[in-house]
Amino acid sequence: MRDGITDVAPMLVGIIPFGLVAGAAPIAAGLDLGHAVAMSLLLFAGASQLAMADVLGSGGGVAVAVVTALTINLRMLLYSASLAPTLSSERLGARLRVSYLLVDQAYALSVIRWDGNDDRRQRLPYFFAIGILLWSSWQITTVIGALVGSSVPDDVPLDFAVPLVFLVLLVPVLQRWPSLVAAAVGGTTAVLAAELGAARLSILIGGVAGIVAGALAEGHQERRREVTPR
Amino acid sequence: MSGTWVAILLAGAGTYAMRASFLAFANRFVDLPPLAQRVLRQIPPAVLAALVVPALVRPSGQLDLWQPRLLAGVLAALVSWRTRNVGLTLVVGMVVLVVVEQLT
Repeated sequence: MRDGITDVAPMLVGIIPFGLVAGAAPIAAGLDLGHAVAMSLLLFAGASQLAMADVLGSGGGVAVAVVTALTINLRMLLYSASLAPTLSSERLGARLRVSYLLVDQAYALSVIRWDGNDDRRQRLPYFFAIGILLWSSWQITTVIGALVGSSVPDDVPLDFAVPLVFLVLLVPVLQRWPSLVAAAVGGTTAVLAAELGAARLSILIGGVAGIVAGALAEGHQERRREVTPR
Repeated sequence: MSGTWVAILLAGAGTYAMRASFLAFANRFVDLPPLAQRVLRQIPPAVLAALVVPALVRPSGQLDLWQPRLLAGVLAALVSWRTRNVGLTLVVGMVVLVVVEQLT
């Protein structure tokens, strides 16, 4: 549990300004405090909360708002699939609680730590320490953002802390050659898809392309190993 | 109930369903075939890169390789690779971005 707290603590630097903005955005878009709080409690996913506030505030329909939010959150399907084998022996109730707290940072820290050489009994305490800290920081900062507005100064580009946190999570998973292929193809395809107008789908398109490329690279690597045994 | 509430409830339910999709059935994931394991192993690098790279090369919605966020990101990646220190990486990335933005 303590490891979870230590690992996630520096990432709160990225969460706090993001939470303030995600709390202030619905109010600025004409929604009320109740909506802002409900979004944080029910979605608990910053990018989709910002997009929903944008769509609903600009008079977009319910269906557009829902589809927009769900499109952004489609990567959660991949996170869920990725963690499922490592939590296969946990009880259903615990897995459903993990699901509620499954955000980018909690996912990435856990998938790196649960490498098979770790202590299985420490998996849930590690995840919940991270998840609960992220969750409370998010709820508190979005309420503050909704009440007092986002007083983050414009000339300090705090929004950059969010991709920097993802970068910190990405670097340690680039240990093997297939992972490098997956990341290179995933990143490049996401950029291309966005350039071609895929907008919010570009993360998923890039992710899937990277997964396929990485799996092919790993298959190729394994076949070469079979041909030339050491 | 207003449309806004319907939208928030539906998006919340849908997001939770996606998070729980595979975890709810994880008890069937005990002995995965090697191909499935190979696919799942690619998820972290592929998805994280799909989140990071666009933020570095198209920060204002179009491809732009000559701006401070890419430089700050590359330097932060080097720091992260050499030190594995999250706090230091965040500080270096932010400071480089602020300084370069001030200079240009």
